[in-house]
Amino acid sequence: MTAPLLDIRDLRISFQARDGQWAEALCGIDLSLEPGKVLGIVGESGSGKSIAMMAFLQLLPRGTRVEGSAKFRGEELIGMAPARIRKIRGKAIGCIFQDPLSAFNPVKTLGQQVVEAIRLHDRTISKRDALKEAERLFELVAIPQPARRVRQYPHEFSGGMRQRAMIAMALANKPDLLIADEPTTALDVTVQAQILDLLGELREELGIGMVLITHDLGVVAGIADEIAVMYGGSVVERGATEPVFYETAHPYTAGLIGAVPTLDGTGALRQIEGTPPSIFSRPPGCAFHPRCGRAGAPCPVDTPRLLDRGGTACACHFPLTETAEAVRPARVLDGDPA
Amino acid sequence: MAMTSPDTAGLPPRRRFAGSRDLWRRLPVTAKIGALMLLFWVLTVLTVSLWPLADPLAMVGRRLQPPSGEHWLGTDALGRDVFARTMYGAIWSIPIAFVVVACAVVIGSTLGALAGFFGGWNDSIIMRLVDVTVSFPPILLAMAVAAVLGPGLANASIAMVIVWWPIYARLMRAQVLEKRENEHVEAAVAGGAGRLRVLGVHILPLCWAPTLINATMDFGQVVLLAASLSFIGLGATPPSPEWGSMISEGATKFYSWWIAFGPGMAILSVVLATSFLGDGLRDLFDRRSA
Repeated sequence: MTAPLLDIRDLRISFQARDGQWAEALCGIDLSLEPGKVLGIVGESGSGKSIAMMAFLQLLPRGTRVEGSAKFRGEELIGMAPARIRKIRGKAIGCIFQDPLSAFNPVKTLGQQVVEAIRLHDRTISKRDALKEAERLFELVAIPQPARRVRQYPHEFSGGMRQRAMIAMALANKPDLLIADEPTTALDVTVQAQILDLLGELREELGIGMVLITHDLGVVAGIADEIAVMYGGSVVERGATEPVFYETAHPYTAGLIGAVPTLDGTGALRQIEGTPPSIFSRPPGCAFHPRCGRAGAPCPVDTPRLLDRGGTACACHFPLTETAEAVRPARVLDGDPA
Repeated sequence: MAMTSPDTAGLPPRRRFAGSRDLWRRLPVTAKIGALMLLFWVLTVLTVSLWPLADPLAMVGRRLQPPSGEHWLGTDALGRDVFARTMYGAIWSIPIAFVVVACAVVIGSTLGALAGFFGGWNDSIIMRLVDVTVSFPPILLAMAVAAVLGPGLANASIAMVIVWWPIYARLMRAQVLEKRENEHVEAAVAGGAGRLRVLGVHILPLCWAPTLINATMDFGQVVLLAASLSFIGLGATPPSPEWGSMISEGATKFYSWWIAFGPGMAILSVVLATSFLGDGLRDLFDRRSA
């Protein structure tokens, strides 16, 4: 297959504030995903990771300016007619949301909702057959007693089971691409692990491409083939999973890795000093430079471009080169601007 | 995959409501009283012609007789039996209140839902219309409309629908505005649902509680307003035993208190019943605003 499953080129998204000022939430990102692969998008709140995915499904509020290109199997999604995009949503691209309780209609049984998801895209399937299919899907995602569970309401499910049901619903129409927006954030750690295992298994069995959006590096480490790290509306580092972890080039990525708590770790949890910039007052040049221990003269002036460095592509004027240095970022913590 | 889940896997699935009996059990006592009173009036409407009552339109005794064993609530200025007239009066008031509330709910909820869901110009036009309507005192607006259309209960009903629909438009719009921000609505859109499906399947079923409560309470208010219009001669026309026009007749015979007493108590009981029941339903369905 020549066309990638998903191909995002220079995607820019801006919102208009009340005072008429345009704020750029996404400043031109490039991402691509081959069929059957898993892309992990990692970043803090407000880094633009969810917005990118909502943009090409046209889920953003009206009045949002979207520029650039996002091709799904070679077909341009940006600016696509509403009737056409509705055929893609839920059919070729399935979505999993962060909070499985609020993402279900509380007054319908889960079976009814899966049936609706199926029949929305194929009217020829009878309700009875669709319900059978719902049971099969529940079994696929390892929900015990599927025949009984399809007749229950969302509030009768536990968090982990609910997320499984959500995955079942997203898979209902055998999508080629699954977008999981923080699928484990609302769950306990042990349940998180189960859900991630499930996603991994499904990907093996069904060969679905996945975009996994998360702020937790640990979540993507085990399952993603590729990782894109986002900060301030840009991709700052991108590459295959192993190089991103072991040959980290961007100081921000290094800071994130350094902030992951370890079981044998002694001493305080490391953090990246400061807070992510607001989209209304993003620093000029490299958005990360006020918080960066390695920032130098060009950083506040010149926005670094994403350059391929062999292992990973990285947008930084002073990338970390040594592996040892990457694991122990020099001054991420004690760089105190105040 | 062996797995334990701390949820309700082992329990039998619950039915939507475990029977209406469950609903009845959870109603407060006052609401039960209200429901029974309302049930009484509904049964009266359905069966009153079978009761052994005097003809409400015929002169059955001497005029202006006080209550007695023969005429429980006495007779009016034309010698008609006030108790029989009061019971027959339900045939007018109760169905009209049903129709008026139903029309107001349907019209108001539809427009309110469209305004809330589509926003923009739809919203502006519909809600400005609502603002204009509610800026008049309800009774004055109803009087004006009824006066223009001419007397008669049908015209009075139209007038009352015009007075009442904006309340439901506002209620439904507020509910839709709130519920459409729910994540499950976004999830439905992401699943490929069209706009009308999103509105009809994923938003409206969550919005009916305040409307139901308000409709119950308004039922009594409509009975009251209908009687008010009849009282000033804009509703039912004279010979028909309508509660408002009966009170109007009684008001001129002040010392024959029983003429107005029957229909007055009837109106009171309906208004009380619906407000009791409405309060009870609010306790059940909409705890936050209680």
